Amino acid sequence: MKSDLLRFADWTDPVPPAEREVVSITEETDAARPPLLFVPGLGHGAWAFAEHWLPAAAARGFAAHALTPRPGSDLRVQVHDVVQVAASLPRQTVLIGHGAGALVVAYAMGRYPAKAAVLAAPVMDGWPTLGAALRANPFGTLPAMVGGRLRLSRKQLFSPELPEERARELLGRIDARPRRELVTHDPAPRPVGGPPVLVVGSPDDRVVPRTSLDRTATRYGGAPLLFPGMGHDLMLDVAWAEPIEAVLDWLGKELKS
Amino acid sequence: MRLGFWQYRRVPDTPDIVDRKDVADRHDAVCVIGAGASGLAAIKNLREHGFEVDCYERETSVGGAWNWRHDRSPVYAGTHLISSRPLTEFPDFPMPDSWPDYPDHQRVLSYLERYSRHFNLESDVWFGTEVVSVVPVGDGRWDVTTQSTGGGSSRVQRYAGVVVANGHNWAPLKPKIPGEFSGQLIHSAKFKDPAQLRKRKVLVIGGGNTGCDIAVEAAQQASTVWHSTRRGYWYAPKYVLGHPADQVNDRMLKLGLPLRLRQWIYRRTLALTTGDLTRYGLPAPDHRPYESHPIVNSQLPYYLGHGRIQPVPDVTEFDGASAVLADGRRIEPELVITATGYRPRFEFLAPELLDIGENGRPDLHLHTFARQHPTLAVVGLVQADFGLFPLAHWQSVAVARWMRLRVTDPERATAVQQKESTRPIASWSRRRVVPTSRHWFEVDHADYLRAVEGLLREMEPSK
Ligand SMILES: Cc1cc2nc3c(=O)[nH]c(=O)nc-3n(C[C@H](O)[C@H](O)[C@H](O)COP(=O)(O)OP(=O)(O)OC[C@H]3O[C@@H](n4cnc5c(N)ncnc54)[C@H](O)[C@@H]3O)c2cc1C
Ligand SMILES: NC(=O)c1ccc[n+]([C@@H]2O[C@H](COP(=O)([O-])OP(=O)(O)OC[C@H]3O[C@@H](n4cnc5c(N)ncnc54)[C@H](OP(=O)(O)O)[C@@H]3O)[C@@H](O)[C@H]2O)c1
Repeated sequence: MKSDLLRFADWTDPVPPAEREVVSITEETDAARPPLLFVPGLGHGAWAFAEHWLPAAAARGFAAHALTPRPGSDLRVQVHDVVQVAASLPRQTVLIGHGAGALVVAYAMGRYPAKAAVLAAPVMDGWPTLGAALRANPFGTLPAMVGGRLRLSRKQLFSPELPEERARELLGRIDARPRRELVTHDPAPRPVGGPPVLVVGSPDDRVVPRTSLDRTATRYGGAPLLFPGMGHDLMLDVAWAEPIEAVLDWLGKELKS
Repeated sequence: MRLGFWQYRRVPDTPDIVDRKDVADRHDAVCVIGAGASGLAAIKNLREHGFEVDCYERETSVGGAWNWRHDRSPVYAGTHLISSRPLTEFPDFPMPDSWPDYPDHQRVLSYLERYSRHFNLESDVWFGTEVVSVVPVGDGRWDVTTQSTGGGSSRVQRYAGVVVANGHNWAPLKPKIPGEFSGQLIHSAKFKDPAQLRKRKVLVIGGGNTGCDIAVEAAQQASTVWHSTRRGYWYAPKYVLGHPADQVNDRMLKLGLPLRLRQWIYRRTLALTTGDLTRYGLPAPDHRPYESHPIVNSQLPYYLGHGRIQPVPDVTEFDGASAVLADGRRIEPELVITATGYRPRFEFLAPELLDIGENGRPDLHLHTFARQHPTLAVVGLVQADFGLFPLAHWQSVAVARWMRLRVTDPERATAVQQKESTRPIASWSRRRVVPTSRHWFEVDHADYLRAVEGLLREMEPSK
C-alpha cells in the first residue's frame, strides 16, 4: 500500500519553483468569504475562467483566482502548483477544477484541506473518457494517443447554440497535449479535512460520459448537478451563467452550515 | 505587565461561574495547551475531526519558540532552519516554493502566522492565559485550571480531552559546574544578538546545534573563541553534492538502504567533504553516525580551520576568572555561554499521568499517548533528523482520530487503545543513541512515520 506519510518524492526531489500565471479578481469582494481557485483542464488556461466565471464569482463577493498550468507539466507538478497557490491565499480556499483540471483538484484535495471543492465536467476516469473521445472525435483524438496534439472539436466542447465564429475563436486558443497519465493515473486520494464536494456536468457533454459523472459524484457522496444541453466547456458555452450561479448557491449553503 | 489586547478578545461566556469558582463544563470540547507549531497543528486537526477546541497560550501571539519576541524563545538572531524546507513544512500547507532551502527564523514565524490565519486557528486561542493544572476527574474527562498571565483570576473548565503542546525547548538545562566564576555566565536561552559577543573572550559549552551556531557567530564577532564539547560528534554540512544534506540522506532511506550501509556512506561522505576534524584538536566521535541528534553546520569546520574557534574539552571547574578544563588547562573567558540544551517540563500535570520517571523522562506511546489515560496526549515531544512540523502534524492527526474513535466506536477504541498503549518504544524503534537526556525523544523520521501510519490504519473509519 502506498504511504501517505512517507513522501520521499517531495523530500528528495522537490518540485522546482516557477513563475505561475494567476488571474485574480479581488476588488470589492467580501473578506469573510473563502477565496475561490479555478483550475482549468487540458489546453485551457486561466483565460477560460477570466471570461465569465471569475467576474460572476466576484460579483457575488468571492475573491476569485484562476491558475494557468505550467507548460508541459505532469500531474505531480500541477497538483503542487494548485496547492502552492491555495496556500498563498489568505484563507482556506475553495478549489474548482474543470475537465482534467478537476482531476488535478481531486489530487490536490489529498494534499490540502480545501474549504470545499467543485469538480466541473471532471475527467476523472481515464479509460471511459478516452472511449468517449474516440467515439465523438476519432481523428482529433488518435494523434494524441501517439504523443501528438489533441484536436478537440466544436461539438465536444460547446452546444450548437454557440455562434460559429466564437467557437472557432475559442478552439483556436485551446492547445491540448494530453499526457499518458491522464488515462493511467491511480485513483485520486481521499480528500483531507473532509471538505464538501460538488460534481457538476452536462448529460450532453461529449467528453465526459454521463456514467462517469455519476461515478465521480458517488465517490464523493452525492449526485451530479446537471445542466442539459451544454457542451463540455461549461464556463465558455452560451449558458455559462447557470452552472456558476448554481455552484455559488451551493457554496453559500455549505458555508453556512 | 505583558498584556496583549488579544486577551480581551474572548471573555468567559459565563462570568458568574468564574466568580463562584465553579467548574464550567465544556462537554465534548478538547483543550490544547500552547499555540506554537504543535498546538496550531493540534487545533486544526482536532477541528477537522469534528471537535470543538479551546487552546490556551501564555504568550500573546502564536509561533512559540519561533517567536523570538517571546521571553522564553530559544531562538537567536542568526537562527536558520537545519532541516530543509520540504522536510520541515506541514504536509498540508507547504511553504512557498520560492523560499530558500533553509529559511531564517523570521520566515518560519511568518509561515506559522500564515498557517494560523489561513485556517482561522486563532479564533480558538485564549492568549495571555496559562494552564496551571490539569486533573483527571474520571470517565476520561479533565479539569483544566487556567490563569491570566496578567495576574487575573483563575478558572476551571472541564474537557473531554487534553492535548499538551507546550514545547520542550524553553526550560534551560544548566550544567552544574563546581566553583565560582567571576565573569559573565549565561545559558544560550539568553543569547539573542551577536553584539553580545563583540570583541570579548568567549567560551561556548555544548556541541548541539545551538552551541555550534554560537561558536560560529562568535568566530565572526569575538576576540577569542573556545568551544567546549564533552565528546566528539559527526558535524554534517548543510549541502552534499549540491543538495540539502537531509534530502540526500532521504534518498538513501527511499532506496531502503540498511543502517550499516548508510553509516558507511555517511562516514565516507563526511571524510570527502568536512574531512578529519581531529586534525584541529577535536576528539573523534565516540559513537557511530545516526547515534546522536544531527549537528548540521557547514561553517564550524571552516572557522576551526582558520583557527578562529579553538576546540577545548569539558569544563570541570570554575576558579575566579578561570575555567579549568578536563586536560588541566586553564582559560580566562570574559563570557561563558552554556549551550547545554533544554528539559521538558509539565508542571501542570502530576508526573504519574505521563509516566514520568525519577529522572524526569515521560514514557508515552509513540512519544505521544499517555499510557494510562486515553484522553491525554502530548504533541511535539519528539526530535528527529527531520523538521518537527510534519511530525507534529501526523501526531495530532493520530490523536484526533484516537479521540474521535472513542466517540464513534467506543468498543473498537478501547481495543485499539489497550493494545497500543502497552507497546514499548523498542517495538517500533530500534534506534541506538548516546544515552544523554537530550536523546530521550530522538526518532528516525521514516521509522517514526511508519509507526504512526500503522496506528492511523488501525483506526481507519469503518466504511
Ligand atoms: C534554536 C532552535 C532551532 C531550531 N531549529 C529547528 C529546525 O531547524 N527545524 C525544526 O523542525 N525544528 C527546529 N527547532 C525545534 C523547535 O522547537 C520546533 O520547530 C518547534 O518550534 C516546536 O514547536 P512546539 O509547538 O512543539 O513548541 P513551542 O514552539 O515551544 O511552543 C509551545 C507553546 O506553548 C506555550 N506554553 C507552554 N506552557 C504553557 C502553559 N502552561 N500554558 C499555556 N501555554 C503554554 C508556550 O508559550 C509556547 O507558545 C529548533 C529549536 C531551537 C531551540
Ligand atoms: N535550526 C537550527 O539552526 C538549530 C539551532 C539550534 C538548535 N536547534 C535544535 O534545537 C534543539 C536544542 O538544541 P541545543 O543545541 O540547544 O541543545 P542540545 O541538542 O540538547 O545539545 C546540548 C549539548 O550540550 C551538551 N551538554 C549537555 N549537558 C552538558 C553538561 N552538563 N556539560 C557539558 N555538556 C553538556 C550535550 O552533550 P551530549 O552530546 O553529551 O548530550 C550537547 O552537546 C535541538 O533539536 C536542535 O537541533 C536547531
